[in-house]
Amino acid sequence: MAIWLNDDSKILVQGMTGSEGTKHTRRMVASGAKVVAGVTPGKAGQEVDGIPVFNNVADAMAATGANVSVVFVPPKFAKAAVEEAVDAKIPLCVVITEGIPVHDTAQFYQYAVNSGSTRIIGPNCPGIISPGKSNAGIIPADITKAGRIGLVSKSGTLTYQMMYELRDFGFSTCVGIGGDPIIGTTHIDALEAFQNDPETDAIVIIGEIGGDAEERAAAFIKTHVTKPVVGYVAGFTAPEGKTMGHAGAIVSGSAGTAAAKQEALEAAGVRVGKTPSATAALMREIMQ
Amino acid sequence: MDLYEYQAKQLFGKHDLPITAGDVCETVDAAVAVSESIGAPVVVKAQVKTGGRGKAGGVKLAKDPAETREVAQAILGMDIKGHTVHKVLVAHAADIAEEYYVSFLLDRANRAFLAMASVQGGVEIEEVAANNPDALAKIRIDALEGVTPAKAREIAVAAKFDEAIQGQVADILTTLWEIMVREDATLVEVNPLVLTPTGEVIALDGKVTIDDNAAFRQPDHADFLDQGIDPIEARAKSFDLNYVKLDGDVGIVGNGAGLVMSTLDVVAYAGEEFGGIKPANFLDIGGGASAEVMANGLDIVLNDPDVQAVFVNIFGGITSCDAVAHGILQAIEQLGDQVTKPIVCRIDGNNSIEGRKILTDANHELIELVDTMDAAARRVAELAAERKGAK
Repeated sequence: MAIWLNDDSKILVQGMTGSEGTKHTRRMVASGAKVVAGVTPGKAGQEVDGIPVFNNVADAMAATGANVSVVFVPPKFAKAAVEEAVDAKIPLCVVITEGIPVHDTAQFYQYAVNSGSTRIIGPNCPGIISPGKSNAGIIPADITKAGRIGLVSKSGTLTYQMMYELRDFGFSTCVGIGGDPIIGTTHIDALEAFQNDPETDAIVIIGEIGGDAEERAAAFIKTHVTKPVVGYVAGFTAPEGKTMGHAGAIVSGSAGTAAAKQEALEAAGVRVGKTPSATAALMREIMQ
Repeated sequence: MDLYEYQAKQLFGKHDLPITAGDVCETVDAAVAVSESIGAPVVVKAQVKTGGRGKAGGVKLAKDPAETREVAQAILGMDIKGHTVHKVLVAHAADIAEEYYVSFLLDRANRAFLAMASVQGGVEIEEVAANNPDALAKIRIDALEGVTPAKAREIAVAAKFDEAIQGQVADILTTLWEIMVREDATLVEVNPLVLTPTGEVIALDGKVTIDDNAAFRQPDHADFLDQGIDPIEARAKSFDLNYVKLDGDVGIVGNGAGLVMSTLDVVAYAGEEFGGIKPANFLDIGGGASAEVMANGLDIVLNDPDVQAVFVNIFGGITSCDAVAHGILQAIEQLGDQVTKPIVCRIDGNNSIEGRKILTDANHELIELVDTMDAAARRVAELAAERKGAK
């Protein structure tokens, strides 16, 4: 099972012929993922390491049966690329690209919602991995193993840190949802999927300052999640009004502080660790 | 990036939204000159990126050029919540019959945009929302549909604008949405929007936040960048590094925004034990960083006089730890004798065994390798406290 990404996932890479696209295609293939196609307008007929390149997503899906797209195209062209994937009705579109204007994201997100056929993960995210099954994005595959913990996080490197800390238990699926103000898949979407996944026993949720997604996730956990959840929130020392790396990570006024997020999670029965290692230790207690 | 009021009004003017005549000034003489050219009375407004200017005495009326001189003298150089006033906006003081509120903003929770409007403007809109929620209309704006004339009219009606001015307000809302989209803004707010005794509707104040990610298609926005930013932040920017100066003692270099934020917290947490040692900066060298990027990052942090000790915290996902190790040694070599501060390193992940070996073999007296993030944070806080105490 795992969530959204499985043994039978067939991946196409939008922007595969670019340097990032080629590099990460090779990493995905090396980790055992089935990468079946690349898409770059005007480059149909070419190949990257024997993987055929198509002019558009619809052609690639028709020829290869691809059902997951990973997007590496630059910010300027990202909106058109995602809308093309939505038009082709691909079930899952993982947008790795960083630096997409938020008006573009708002539009392609709405476009996907209207179509009703495509889940978007990201943008500005590391992607999704179901260890031992498939890997769509840039998450390193060799730092953990398959297991029964689900992980959802806004941050890439904190995802890796947590995967590594709990590598002896392993993970069903790890989803990096991204740190932008508008994202296609939220903590709540992942929590719901993990709750319904028979291969997931417990969940780690990692949040950071900005917005109120963690507070809303906490409310969802209280009413809908019966599996044990542990949490970590980054950004207690972030000053007001300064963006901390992610476009969405900014404390404005009393909104979006780490303390408020921790409080909301704890009120929903989530045990929150003070450091990533302390959080891993809480999960360890649950799994042992 | 938040804009100053005068910059927001420049954008309003560019899109033909009605505003009062005025100009921004950096000196008292310039303020007097503007006051003479547009005609008294004028309002002199401190240009700072924080709320509560009026209460702090940063907004004052002047009935003639002599009074403009007095008022501008008082406001220029004033401190408002830690922001020094370097510029004032001198604008014609409009006669006000009514004050309203209108805005568009990014609605993260609903992954769309939101229009807010009220006929109770001129005050903190949070107060209206809290005390009299019915007086604040909130309407969802679909990112693909945007604000059509019909939608603008719907907002004006929902906010209970007088029928006589609904058309004017709807036109203003349509223009504001155009600014929102064409300028890649995430917030456009007018508070107050005023009705004059002669029936005109004018934007008296303006707040705009623009999306930094859209810089590639908004070349004009480069003019809005603050000139007076911290010199270390400016240098980091020239290296294309994501850096924010903080007020502590431990320099931080890490990869990935989330991990670096977490590093700041873990250092502050460990620092409690050593008399309140805190992180001195946020610095994210990003994914897949090369040796050169690592060296630049370390260079920035080591050159900050506030820094007593440095914590390099890397989890190599794409970033290879051997490149990180080479970068650390490269920075130390480049800086030579200038390097006097201890550097505590924790490196895990991609190629970490090789990375650690490179640092161990270098056997440099200032470099210390620690196995875990928590233990490394504790060690760097301890070293920073020792050096601070020795000063």
